[in-house]
Amino acid sequence: MSGDKQPQDSNQQAGHGDGHGAEHGAGHGHSPYQAHHFDTMRQQFEAGKLGMWLFLATEVLLFGGLFCFYTIYKANDPELFKWGHHFLDKRWGATNTMVLLFSSLTMALAVREAQLGRKKRIIFFLAVTFLCGAGFMGIKYVEYSKKFHEGLFPGKYFSYENVVDAEEVRMHQQEQQKLAHAELDLPQASVVTEVPKAQGLVLQPAAPPAGLAPVTQPDDHGTASSDGDDVGHAPGLALDPSHLPPGPRPANAHVFFSIYFCLTGLHGIHVLIGMGVMLWLMVLAMQGRFGPGYFTPVDLGGLYWHLVDLIWIYLFPLLYLVE
Amino acid sequence: MSQPDIDGRPDSDEVKTAAAATTVDESGPSYLTVTNTISSWVFTLDHKRIGLMYLIGVLFMFLLGGVFALLVRTELFSPLAMITPLFADTAEAQADLYNKWFTTHGAIMVFLVIIPGVPAALGNFILPLLLGAKDVAFPRLNLGSFYLWVIGAIFFVYVLFSGGIDTGWTFYTPYSAESGTAVIPALIGVFILGFSSIFTGLNFIVTIHKMRPKGMTWFKMPLFLWATYSTAVIQVLATPVLGITLLLLILERSLGIGIFDPRNGGDPVLFQHFFWFYSHPAVYIMIVPPMGVVSELIATHSHKRIFGYTYIAFSSVAIAIFSFLVWGHHMFTSGQSTTMSIIFSGITFSVGIPSAIKVFNWLATMYKGAIVLNTAMLYGISFIFLFTIGGLTGLFLGVLSIDAHLHDTYFVVAHFHYVMMGSGLVGFIGGLHHWWPKITGKMYDEFLGRIGCILVFIGFNLTFIPQFVMGSLGMPRRYYTYADKFEVYHQLSTVGAYVMAAGFFLTAYYLIQSLISGKKAPMNPWGGNSLEWHTPSPPPLENFHSVPDATDPYDYEGLEYDPATGNYATKRTG
Repeated sequence: MSGDKQPQDSNQQAGHGDGHGAEHGAGHGHSPYQAHHFDTMRQQFEAGKLGMWLFLATEVLLFGGLFCFYTIYKANDPELFKWGHHFLDKRWGATNTMVLLFSSLTMALAVREAQLGRKKRIIFFLAVTFLCGAGFMGIKYVEYSKKFHEGLFPGKYFSYENVVDAEEVRMHQQEQQKLAHAELDLPQASVVTEVPKAQGLVLQPAAPPAGLAPVTQPDDHGTASSDGDDVGHAPGLALDPSHLPPGPRPANAHVFFSIYFCLTGLHGIHVLIGMGVMLWLMVLAMQGRFGPGYFTPVDLGGLYWHLVDLIWIYLFPLLYLVE
Repeated sequence: MSQPDIDGRPDSDEVKTAAAATTVDESGPSYLTVTNTISSWVFTLDHKRIGLMYLIGVLFMFLLGGVFALLVRTELFSPLAMITPLFADTAEAQADLYNKWFTTHGAIMVFLVIIPGVPAALGNFILPLLLGAKDVAFPRLNLGSFYLWVIGAIFFVYVLFSGGIDTGWTFYTPYSAESGTAVIPALIGVFILGFSSIFTGLNFIVTIHKMRPKGMTWFKMPLFLWATYSTAVIQVLATPVLGITLLLLILERSLGIGIFDPRNGGDPVLFQHFFWFYSHPAVYIMIVPPMGVVSELIATHSHKRIFGYTYIAFSSVAIAIFSFLVWGHHMFTSGQSTTMSIIFSGITFSVGIPSAIKVFNWLATMYKGAIVLNTAMLYGISFIFLFTIGGLTGLFLGVLSIDAHLHDTYFVVAHFHYVMMGSGLVGFIGGLHHWWPKITGKMYDEFLGRIGCILVFIGFNLTFIPQFVMGSLGMPRRYYTYADKFEVYHQLSTVGAYVMAAGFFLTAYYLIQSLISGKKAPMNPWGGNSLEWHTPSPPPLENFHSVPDATDPYDYEGLEYDPATGNYATKRTG
């Protein structure tokens, strides 16, 4: 499939800049897709492309604010990120990275097919790209539900008390049960008074949703050993090791999840928009609109999709691979 | 070049009204008359109609923001409660009401009037004409940007009816995170307006890059395009940061995400950094396009080639670049590091260089020019005067030691009103008068125009010069009452505000009157030579009957005033 296209591809790359415009400058009449206020199709294409690059610049700056948020808190409180990233599953993150990288490939192929005007292949590659986006969002859904299930919400809804901080539980057990309440550095008094009950609750969320059992990699605990190696073996706590927190909960633990949800949430919205764009492009492709003379929408949609992919390539290491 | 007598011209126009009406070239319908269904306006993709709708919206919002300004000034006429008791019973409620008034005034004027004023309203209309293009690069995006503006405005009106907001237009945390007023709808409104602004900027950058006519290289563009281009770069690069800042503030209020609110582990000064990273460049979004307008006004009405074209062009670009590097000067007293403050202070001073370059070049343009002191030119000269005061007082505030004394006083209020209103809005109104004949096809009453401009100028200075004085004496901003010793300054200021309002109402009167009974505007009433003066007033749907070649926009030699039509026509050679 790729073998016969190779020469055409390189041909098209060259034509992209010059041949494309010359084709229309040569006086083949007006393309039906040429807007009245442009002199040539090439001018229209270049305007669209410049506009898209500028739009992508605004997107970078939009995310830039969030990356700034990340950077400042990472610099001020690195422990928070070491603690928080243990709740993120590297395997899901890596899978999603692969999914998006693959979708970028299929998007690029869709652009090429649009330049060649092969309708069925355009639709095929757009559909694969769309499905990759859907797969990405599906995995994000799985990840998000697990967080929500454990009370790992952003901000003031952060209610990670049902899985009690193991270090604190151990201290609590070594000290007098009733007087220890005040020393538990939990945010809400109501939680403190319910520690035994909370321990009971641990067992239920510890059973992960079906199919997601190995949610945390084993070495998560190896890396956290300095803080809580023996925590996992705390007597009386029949916890799934993967659910043991990686050390004492830092102050403002909720901020990590605020950052996580802001960054991945905004990115997820962009993936959804991108999927909408794919659907729209598929409709246009079905109408047979694309060919060597006119492929601007696919080209611009592709640029957008690659940016969405690129942002995830930054998000994955920043959030999942802290240590 | 023949030159009309300065004082004689309006009179001769009066006499020859009838002659003018018959001799104007009328070939085909204008953009105003080509279609006249409602949907042809609501769904129009014509930049001129979109610009006109923007203009109407912006002027309406200007009226609304102005009403709140008058409410604020009236309340401050005396240290006693003046008019808040009409709306609220307790002293505390009255003070709260005052907070809402000045917040509403500021937010409306900044986000709905000055930022879209010149670029979106006048720029939309004029920019493609200056380029000899049929439209902007993305007409649908342009219409979308207008409706985003409308939606943003609706959010603001909703905020007004749901009790207003009291955070100040800057939305500083932590107060904005806890204020009980409708902060979130206002933030959503500003967020949407931000995207409107981004799309306008994006459209202009692409249009200027890709749609210049044959022969118009970058350094043959009218200076208004350089200013609009520089502004558009700021709009595209700075506004998204405001967008994300406001989103984060919405999340801080709704979810308590702990970024800006110290109670949740956040940093309120971080909000100030984020906010001013946009909002300082936004000051240049407000001032650079009017500078472009003034470059056109001064050159055209002096009938003399603009002096130092290249310097004016590059000074716009320089201001755009500097604008991203000075935000910290809003935060000298916020506790940021002294080293940072010193750097920000230094860069702030360097903004004075391109600003002064512009002022000197405008003055040099006027020198020995054939100046016609009509309304637009009077606004242009007012701009130079007011901007100079606004700019120089900015240097006071850029000095670290003096800023510690002047921070959050009326000195700051007066300074930024000189820049944002005295320069930004006066430039906008000047441009409105300059291009009014082109936009509407009607001439307004020059006599009333001059009176209106003089009233605005006097009223403006009367309002804000006392504020410089009382600010330097220690009158803090944003207070609904004050020590008795400031009373005289406040009273002068309030009287000035009413004089200014009288000027604006007079302006509104004669402009509306011109629509009803104004003389028909000739193609080129001022003797300009940029491309918009080479098409009928108002222009036809596709702007030009035939694709024009680039002209030298500042070459006025080949034009001759025809007293019969009030038009400047190309000199017949030979």
